[in-house]
Amino acid sequence: MNAHAAMAAFDPDTLQDHRFTVPGMRCAGCISKIERELPLQNGIAGARVNFSAKRVAVSHDATIDEAGIVRVLERLGFEAQPVAANPLAQDDAETRKLLLAVAVAGFGMMNIMLLSVSVWSGAGGVTRDLFHWLSALIAIPVIAYAGRPFFSSALMALRYGRTNMDVPISIGVLLATGLSIHETLTGGEHAYFDGAVMLLFFLLAGRALDAAMRDKARSGIAALLSHMGRGASVLSADGTARFVKSEDLEPGMIMIVAAGETLAADGRIVEGITSIDNAMLTGESQPEPVSIGMTVHAGAANISDPVRVEITAVSGDTAIAEIARLMDEAGQSRSRYVRIADRAARLYAPAVHSLALLSFIGWMVAGAGWHQSLTIAIAVLIITCPCALGLAVPAAQVVAANTLLKRGLLIKDGSALERLAEADMALFDKTGTLTVGKMRPVDLSGLDHTGRAIALALAQSSRHPLSKGLAAALSAQGVVPLPVSQITETAGDGVVGDWQGVPVALRRPTAGGDGPASELSIGGKLFTIHFTDALRPDAAETLAQLGALGIPSQIISGDRSQVVGAMAETLNLMATGELSPQAKLARLQSLKEAGHFPLMVGDGLNDGPALAAAHVSIAPGTASDVSQQAADAVFVGDSLRPVGSAIIVARATMRIVRQNFAFAIGYNLFAVPIAMAGLVTPLIAAIAMSLSSLIVVANSLRLFRAAG
Amino acid sequence: MTGLVFLIPIALGMGAFGLLAFFWAIRSGQYEDMDGAANRILTEDEENGE
Repeated sequence: MNAHAAMAAFDPDTLQDHRFTVPGMRCAGCISKIERELPLQNGIAGARVNFSAKRVAVSHDATIDEAGIVRVLERLGFEAQPVAANPLAQDDAETRKLLLAVAVAGFGMMNIMLLSVSVWSGAGGVTRDLFHWLSALIAIPVIAYAGRPFFSSALMALRYGRTNMDVPISIGVLLATGLSIHETLTGGEHAYFDGAVMLLFFLLAGRALDAAMRDKARSGIAALLSHMGRGASVLSADGTARFVKSEDLEPGMIMIVAAGETLAADGRIVEGITSIDNAMLTGESQPEPVSIGMTVHAGAANISDPVRVEITAVSGDTAIAEIARLMDEAGQSRSRYVRIADRAARLYAPAVHSLALLSFIGWMVAGAGWHQSLTIAIAVLIITCPCALGLAVPAAQVVAANTLLKRGLLIKDGSALERLAEADMALFDKTGTLTVGKMRPVDLSGLDHTGRAIALALAQSSRHPLSKGLAAALSAQGVVPLPVSQITETAGDGVVGDWQGVPVALRRPTAGGDGPASELSIGGKLFTIHFTDALRPDAAETLAQLGALGIPSQIISGDRSQVVGAMAETLNLMATGELSPQAKLARLQSLKEAGHFPLMVGDGLNDGPALAAAHVSIAPGTASDVSQQAADAVFVGDSLRPVGSAIIVARATMRIVRQNFAFAIGYNLFAVPIAMAGLVTPLIAAIAMSLSSLIVVANSLRLFRAAG
Repeated sequence: MTGLVFLIPIALGMGAFGLLAFFWAIRSGQYEDMDGAANRILTEDEENGE
């Protein structure tokens, strides 16, 4: 490709790699556009798109910096943000390790099965011994490699005096292998290598699916994170602006904050007048007008005009830092949650192990030799080894997570699904959660078709938040922009252009009114467009749906009580306004102490502590980075409906998991007596294990139809 | 019986070959971007051809 030709001009030693998240890539054309156009730019040697992760890796030299590459991408029509140095590499490595282990176990299982089938069909004497030896040669390295995830986790649990699902698995696999090696050495009749490896294969498949689901959600969320406010343009002594990372900002520096940018540090305005959106910090929905001398906080978004801000406090001691501290404390209770599989293992492991011990003692007492007694005890362990049980939970949860992903909800892990199913009440933040959190035009009915098409053409070419909201609303109506030429944008004023000789403009209103507004002028005709933060579509339906599921909702907001009250009346909910982050946190904690399992849905930084403290939490994709990281799940899009689907699917999942457990117990009630009677051969064990696993997986697949 | 002398190594060899191929595929990042690979087939490579 082009990259090769251009590459020759670069000295490979000076090249550096940076990665950017580009959420707007949606088609094959975007891939080729980025990969073809970027290297044409001075200083860029090559670009490689990862479409699944919505990322671009760019290799470039010192003549262009990260901000420069973001600008190039924006010129190509893609919003982009630099990604911090590879934060996900570790998790990817874990999934990769599991996949390799599945492959190894699969290879071993098939080859050993090949040999075992001939033994079962009657191969005897030398042939049988040869096949057992071959099986041992394959199985021992395979088990040593593929069994590591279980052995290390079991060891870890035992070291802390606990038990988890991996303890019975490890003991079963190791004993079965040991017994089979003994049988092979002594030319015995039964070797369980196939059973041991098959067990590992099925369980690893479950683990790999589980890890893949977490990766998918994580990369989905990473693509949503704005990475905004990670730095600021700082004015140098010579009057030029340079980009400074937030950790390098110092009090006294002057930041240039463009419209649409988020502040990286607390400060005082020294030049310019603008409106500041504090919704992320306080929940306040109405933008606050600010002018010279007024204090603004990190995390607030500048929505109308560029301003210069003198920094007074930096990351460690901003208003956000206090919220981060609260979140750390609040998040600790959640780590005490014990997942259902581990709760089952606490009962299951001792039961199985004492059964095995009992059969050993029983057969000894009955006068069988120690060899026969031991063989039977191990057969009990193998047949009860929680193959179906180990798959029961991950299989169901993976299917459920995929179902929810299609409906626009990213679930971070299986434990979140378990906790979602337990939720018995829902608390909603207002701004940005029940509402869209973006400025949308109130009423466009006064505009004719041409007017709308011109407005869209102008709004599209501006990066101002109000223009973006207008463009989004008009595009949603199916309006096609008219060709407007000579479009120029003046920061702080608006966009002007020329349509068939008529001057057209979209600019700040000349007369000041209440609330944010823009003024569209076509020739001499003026039209004022008012903006508001509208309720999400489906909000009322979703709340009703939650109510029908036995989950009453209420609003806890940081916005003024009057505004919150009005919304509560429209939605017919209980509501409290003017809550500080601390007060929200306290509310959550008192509910939990009263025995409730609250679901918290919120987006702002001020919701962070509450999201971390809640039994389970969901954040919208537009939420602050902190909130998305604190929440258990993130939904994308404007609709609130995924919240309702999440509860339905989570409950369906737990039903399936319980059915799977019930099946596993039923299977054991049937299989254990046969094993204890000494009637289990490797053939029976293999059939029983694969059959029970298949039934459990098939049952879990039914979840595809949940949340219909 | 003597057939086994050939058949078993062949079966094992084929399995091992598949396993090695899978290891190679994972190591070289073939599974990093599944959706991208599906889309790339649709892009034209302008330089080679036409």
